[in-house]
Amino acid sequence: MKLPSNYNPADILLAGFSWLSGLLVLLCFGYLFADIFSNGYAHLDWQFITTAPENAGRDGGIAPMIISTTILLFFALLFSLPIGIFSAIYLAEYTSYEHRFARLLRYALNTLAAVPSIVMGMFGFAFFVIILQIGFSLLAGALTLAIMILPLLIRNIEDSLRNIPHTYRLNAAALGLSQVRTIFQILLPMAKHGIAMAVVLSVGRAMAETAALLFTAGYVMRMPDSLMDSGRSLSVHIFDLSMNVPGGEKAAYATTIVLLFSILIINAATVLLSNQITRRSPM
Amino acid sequence: MPPRCIDNLFLRFIQLVSLVSIVSLLFIIFFLVKESYLIVQEKPILTVFTDPAWHPLDGQFLLLPMMVGSLLIMLGAMLIALPIGLLTAILCRYYAPRWFATIIQRLMEVFAGIPAVVYGFWGVMVIVPAIAAWQAPGTSLLAGILVLTFIVTPGVTIISYHNLSQVNQTLLHSAIALGLSRYNIIRHIIFPEVKHGLITATTLQSGRAIGETLAVLMVCGNVVQLPGSVFEPIRTLTSNIALEMAYAMDTHRSALFLSGLLLLLIVLVLAFIAESMQKPKAESQ
Amino acid sequence: MNNLPTISHLQIVPDEYRKAPNAQDVATLIEIKNLSLNIDQQAIFSNISIPIYSKHINVLIGPSGCGKSSLLNAIIRLTDFTKDAHLQGEILVANKNILNPNCNLIELRKKVAMIFQKPTPFPMSIYKNFEIPLKEHGVKNKIDIAAKMQSALKSVGLWKEVKDRLNKNALSLSGGQQQRLCIARALTLAPAALLLDEPCSALDPISSQIIEELLLELKQKYTILVVTHNLSQAKRIADYVAFMWYVNQCGRLVEHNEAAIIFNKPSNPLTSAYVQGVTG
Repeated sequence: MKLPSNYNPADILLAGFSWLSGLLVLLCFGYLFADIFSNGYAHLDWQFITTAPENAGRDGGIAPMIISTTILLFFALLFSLPIGIFSAIYLAEYTSYEHRFARLLRYALNTLAAVPSIVMGMFGFAFFVIILQIGFSLLAGALTLAIMILPLLIRNIEDSLRNIPHTYRLNAAALGLSQVRTIFQILLPMAKHGIAMAVVLSVGRAMAETAALLFTAGYVMRMPDSLMDSGRSLSVHIFDLSMNVPGGEKAAYATTIVLLFSILIINAATVLLSNQITRRSPM
Repeated sequence: MPPRCIDNLFLRFIQLVSLVSIVSLLFIIFFLVKESYLIVQEKPILTVFTDPAWHPLDGQFLLLPMMVGSLLIMLGAMLIALPIGLLTAILCRYYAPRWFATIIQRLMEVFAGIPAVVYGFWGVMVIVPAIAAWQAPGTSLLAGILVLTFIVTPGVTIISYHNLSQVNQTLLHSAIALGLSRYNIIRHIIFPEVKHGLITATTLQSGRAIGETLAVLMVCGNVVQLPGSVFEPIRTLTSNIALEMAYAMDTHRSALFLSGLLLLLIVLVLAFIAESMQKPKAESQ
Repeated sequence: MNNLPTISHLQIVPDEYRKAPNAQDVATLIEIKNLSLNIDQQAIFSNISIPIYSKHINVLIGPSGCGKSSLLNAIIRLTDFTKDAHLQGEILVANKNILNPNCNLIELRKKVAMIFQKPTPFPMSIYKNFEIPLKEHGVKNKIDIAAKMQSALKSVGLWKEVKDRLNKNALSLSGGQQQRLCIARALTLAPAALLLDEPCSALDPISSQIIEELLLELKQKYTILVVTHNLSQAKRIADYVAFMWYVNQCGRLVEHNEAAIIFNKPSNPLTSAYVQGVTG
């Protein structure tokens, strides 16, 4: 919204500082982007994406990391999406904001969302890796990620269910539909874009995760044979290359571009989905 | 089976499923407490403040420098990010042309989703050498603050913008109708309206900042010490865990879990403050 | 507003249930007896007694906020969806009190269908809109579903308009078509009664006229109860009219009688003021 512009000293000062910060932000982040692309571009080719790393990652490609990341994301979602959908249904369809158990649940979710990822990693290490004896493995990593994205999933799915106008529930009831059928055949299909949005956001969150994976999925570089095998995610690969592998910068830059590109795709998907939601939402 | 029975069974079922989140949280807290019990058993808890140094293999567990490091780095980053983020949001909302505002908004959304490790890596490649050229060794408190600033600025900008756009339009219209100047509207009408939201957002972002691990670890030098200047290396609580977790045993390991628990407590207190700062939301339904 | 009879002058119909004088032997399908609704201690309407005559169009008129829609919702217990809503009294549907806690709500809602103010087809294909409720009520066979859908769509005059696009999203229909779709969807469950909550208020005049004609046709087979605050519409379609008004924000029944009597020589001065358009 445009405010009337009139030039007194205070206004000019505020405008000046605002423009300064805005341009600074643009400049810094623009530089970051440009730097990463200009440095990583040369190293990035088809072979980089499709071959295994050599020489501790200095040469070769990142195929195993792409596979490991995909497996981690897939299984994290596989574990947490059903739980997320059912919990969201419970919160949105069966409880009001004042309901006691719902408040407890909401409180737990907020807390869970605030747990630092390194702490989540410690828990995953102590519980999944040691106590359950899963060992450093994609499975342990995926389970830890699943817990991390649960709050995000539930909150977004709950919102999209609550945004469905109440009349649809009354309508369904007036047609004599049972609540279960109303939820599965009418409300969930109506919320499908919102659910997709929740999934996309969670994938973005999980893909950005590093610290929690270090002690759960481990950082073995080769192609994982099974879910019980240790695997290195793209983010962990960047960390390892820049910290422990002198001369790994080029590969790290190129890996960063791959990761950024995935994040950009996810972002575009989010924008598209939220446009869909605002357009399709029945008033 | 009659539909009413199915409905009831389904309700029981999803109640059970909903318990997963609560149980996970309890598990996390339980394990942190259980694992840190060992050290609390052997030494008084204040040992983390009073021991002469952090030599976990010799039974010395001074966590104080790491706590100070974590706090300094968080405060530094928030002190830079908050004004920049807020001013950028004000720019987008009230001063800049539409297209410019949209560019910044989209950019901030993208950058908010970028993995922290990318910022850390870029810090290693660009920020640390730049500082080193000025004041060796480069890996320092300042580098940590700058990298962390990059990480939290997008979030602060987005949330500030969101808060600004929630200001009651009628309020703005009546302020404009009163002939108030733009500065006065922002300062006296809009700012009081969004103050609560901004405090909440800042507190939440601080929680995120203090929990940040690897990006900070990559650029801070990780020397356990109370820094004399911003150019000296420091170690944070989170880096400490990440660095030593892999080989820590017994009381050492337990001390690390204790610092994890401490971290969790700090974040929870911040979240609690954020929640209580929030203006009571109008409850729907 | 000034020369309105004040509430103290109001002679509200006595609380007991009685039929219109000239309708003593017309059968009733639904009998509302001494019905009151409280939501969170606040009385929405109280002591309403109205007979709903079989195979006639019963119309409920009154100003907005007098509890007409809530009364309609109460008949199929949609009030259950409102927090802290309490119904007192009796609603007999085919001589069974549906306020009984053991009442089978799904059977009730199959028997008494409801159409809402805003057309609300589910945002999926036209076919799906019929398939979901039919499957719920035990019609699994595709051929049966198609047959029932076709006959329902024909009876609301929509078949020719939509038969080539049954797989299109129902939201692509016009408002009037959507409302007729909702009526057709309700009819596939073979209800005995249709409740309509201001079915035309969201529609243009031509669509409204189509719906009105449809209702006049449907009353041969179904018991119809329409809530409206469009008086001319009520005059065009009503056989029996109940007039509600509010006293201290609580809905009360003022008068209930044949349409001709309500519109021409009502016994209550408030009714005559309202139907002549002085107030409301």
